[in-house]
Amino acid sequence: MSYIPHTEAETQSMLAQIGVTSFAELFDAVPAGRRFPSLDLPPAMSEMEVAAEMLAISEANDHAGDFTIFRGAGAYHHFIPSVVNHMLLRGEFYTAYTPYQPEISQGTLQATYEYQSMMCALTGMDAANASHYDGATSLAEAVTVALEVSRNRRKKVILSHAIHPQYREVVRTYHQGKDIRIIGDRGRGELVDLIEMLDSNTAMVAVQYPNFFGQVEDLRKLADTVHASGGLLVVVANPLALSLFTPPGEFGADIVVGEGQPLGIPLTFGGPYLGYFAIKQRHVRKIAGRIIGETVDADGKRAYVMTLRPREQDIKRERATSNICTNQGLMALAAAAYLSLMGKNGLRQVGELNYHKAHYAAAQIDRLDGYSVDMTKPFFNEFVVACPRPVAEINAGLLEAGVIGGYDLAQHYYHLPNHMLLCVTECNTRAEIDRLVDSLEGLC
Amino acid sequence: MPEPIIYDLSAPGRSGVNLPASDVPPAPLPDELLRGDLPLPEVGELQVVRHFVRLSQLNYAIDTGLYPLGSCTMKYNPKVNEDAARLPGLAQLHPLADPENCQGALMLMHELQSWLGEISGFDAVSLTPAAGAQGEFAGILMIRQYHIDRGEPQRDIILVPDSAHGTNPATVTMAGLRVQQLPANVAGEVDLAALGEACSGENAEHIAGMMMTMPSTLGLFEPNIAQVIELVQSVGGLMYMDGANMNALMAVVKPGELGFDCMHYNLHKTFSTPHGGGGPGSGAVGVNAKLRDYLPGPVVRRDQPLDDAPADNGDAPVPRYDWHMPPKSIGRLKAFAGNFGMHLRAYAYIRAYGGEGLRQVTRYAVLNANYLREKLRGEFTLPYDQTAEGARRYCGHEFVVRGAFDDAPDIHALDISKRLIDYGFHPPTNYFPLIVPEALLIEPTETETKDDLDKLAEALRSIAKEARAEPQLLHDAPTTAPVRRLDEAKAARQLHLCCPSARPGA
Repeated sequence: MSYIPHTEAETQSMLAQIGVTSFAELFDAVPAGRRFPSLDLPPAMSEMEVAAEMLAISEANDHAGDFTIFRGAGAYHHFIPSVVNHMLLRGEFYTAYTPYQPEISQGTLQATYEYQSMMCALTGMDAANASHYDGATSLAEAVTVALEVSRNRRKKVILSHAIHPQYREVVRTYHQGKDIRIIGDRGRGELVDLIEMLDSNTAMVAVQYPNFFGQVEDLRKLADTVHASGGLLVVVANPLALSLFTPPGEFGADIVVGEGQPLGIPLTFGGPYLGYFAIKQRHVRKIAGRIIGETVDADGKRAYVMTLRPREQDIKRERATSNICTNQGLMALAAAAYLSLMGKNGLRQVGELNYHKAHYAAAQIDRLDGYSVDMTKPFFNEFVVACPRPVAEINAGLLEAGVIGGYDLAQHYYHLPNHMLLCVTECNTRAEIDRLVDSLEGLC
Repeated sequence: MPEPIIYDLSAPGRSGVNLPASDVPPAPLPDELLRGDLPLPEVGELQVVRHFVRLSQLNYAIDTGLYPLGSCTMKYNPKVNEDAARLPGLAQLHPLADPENCQGALMLMHELQSWLGEISGFDAVSLTPAAGAQGEFAGILMIRQYHIDRGEPQRDIILVPDSAHGTNPATVTMAGLRVQQLPANVAGEVDLAALGEACSGENAEHIAGMMMTMPSTLGLFEPNIAQVIELVQSVGGLMYMDGANMNALMAVVKPGELGFDCMHYNLHKTFSTPHGGGGPGSGAVGVNAKLRDYLPGPVVRRDQPLDDAPADNGDAPVPRYDWHMPPKSIGRLKAFAGNFGMHLRAYAYIRAYGGEGLRQVTRYAVLNANYLREKLRGEFTLPYDQTAEGARRYCGHEFVVRGAFDDAPDIHALDISKRLIDYGFHPPTNYFPLIVPEALLIEPTETETKDDLDKLAEALRSIAKEARAEPQLLHDAPTTAPVRRLDEAKAARQLHLCCPSARPGA
């Protein structure tokens, strides 16, 4: 029977050892009237049939393996070195669990410590945790930390409208039971408008970097102003963009969070991804989730262990500020392997490829009749294209040419009808970009 | 020698990747926004491979041995599911694909929703929670909003047994509600008198609901479950079931049929998706009709073609799957729609077993636990081994032993666990549930053989003897692991969370 190894003889001898004659006796405490229902599920399948069915489901999707993709908006098609997947497939990593027993979990612990270190390197922060579920939940947890830092005296949270719309929804979901106000993202405000909302009741301001529209803004003045009002600056950053741009830790961010998916994690229809969370030293004890520290064993040998455990739900229970238990450990391993392979120069090179290819595409599209690209602000690998027709129509046309087009901004930004958010990565060749441009021209 | 930190393998100018040259003209970079040094290591590809392979060899894992970590269901993770997760149409599918371009993935999610509903007897399921704790959070938020919408916002108390997982009370606080803890009776069950008290008088009007784990965290079926549910619901509360222990219930009882209003599933426990060294998990949540409009979204809905008429060519009509936000949804719990990579593995797992196969999963999980428990009887104290009336009782898929001995007062549960490492096993869960002092919570799962259970029992019995005869062996353990016991106090006192080489200017 699939993955159950018992022989009939073993089963009988085990039942006898327990002192029962049937399985049913083991369940005598279950209410009799509801005991042993049948399950109306499809019949069992052999491994061959399972593999064939999964292949058929896979083939029923139009994916980045078959199509040229120019869609990002929070999930990105990047090159993943083969080594990353081979490391994830090590059973010693993926079939272990949370390293509660550090003596036999040093692999997970050290890899996670290295992940934390490399996230500090990227963000310019002092400490990073072992991960949250994704970028959106990391931001929601950052809100909790900011409220805690103010000892829950400050009740206002300011979010830029240029944060990923789904991230802002998640923040509202997480904090619906709390007596706080979440403002700032209803209009189309610039950074200066956020500054005007600041007051002594503001716990934090969050902005995205590059923002949801792909633009990279100078956040130094915002950081200084937020700090002058006594609040925290939370920056949601694309970690790959940090290969090129000033790390938020350098311009004064108190917490940096974001989606680690660009660091070696496949698209997989939205998850599992990697919520990274990095913080300045002075707030480190407010961090939620697992965090790995270095120590020594009884022989004085260097070793790693989960630390600051008394913050966590299994110890602090109803006084914990977050209920997080399971995190995205394997995805943190993927990021650690990816960053180790890329290294200082490789990651910078990937960042530059994204930048140059996106700028080439933007310039070509801007030249087309009927299309325009706002290139007044610096951008990384995404940019907004004003189109001559509804984005859905354009994307339908592109799909016929084997191209998955951009994200329709009108879904969330009512002032941006016919506006498409396009993404170009190192995976897009010049020939693919030229084909996109030709197709767009034909769809004018 | 310990494995060096990745930064210690670094040499300037070395690289572990081979990237293409740019095929477009360069664009000017905005100098004022650029970073200076990027303090990442520089390591060759083979050196990175060896580093992570050597690290992996320091881990204990299901693939290397029996992993009886109670309440975590460390069962075999089928390899074919890993292959499936890497198929390009699943691994390279964008989450914001238009529905027309991802019908396969949406169909898979729809079927998994309906199968999970069938397994637990619920009307509707959302797959969006990223882990069990997020499923709990969704459940309590739904219960909260349900009461608010009925004009009873004063219902702000969630009853939580003192044996509960720590995530339960933490979840209640996160949702802005209050925890009222319920004591267990002498049999480790819900104390009906205490529950009756909590559900009476002025307190009754404040009861929003109750969270229960079934079987309980002691591994025991609650004999009075019907009375508990009836009592809480009679005063207007809703019942939440923590589904962490669902491996003991498949085709044994459907929580929805017992009267629970809501529960979460741990796909990484019951449905074999890998634990990943700490995650990712996946924590689908199921509800009955009262709460279905409140589910976290999006969920997947099947739109039948108009009038279900056959297509022109006589083929059956093709359903179309689409996203749907429930009308009173508590909202999104994460970006996109859950950990799809876990959904597809759970789908493949259920497909392999079918309904009767899942019944066998539960039967053998419970058989293995009861067998191992019998093998330990006599050498270890088995708390709550009898009903309140003194009758014999069987455990579910896991059980608790007391990890201490009256005639070896210096020995603690932790010592037994550490010594078990020297015998080649992963230890059980330590010090949980909290209501058993020195608890060892043992969950063997159905995928272990009788032979391996015999060896584990033999090891534990041998350790019990050593505890009296040679206690120092336990205090010094482990001696065969890659490292010995760690100085955890030092780790917390002198926080060292980031390699110095990763700091700017290093």
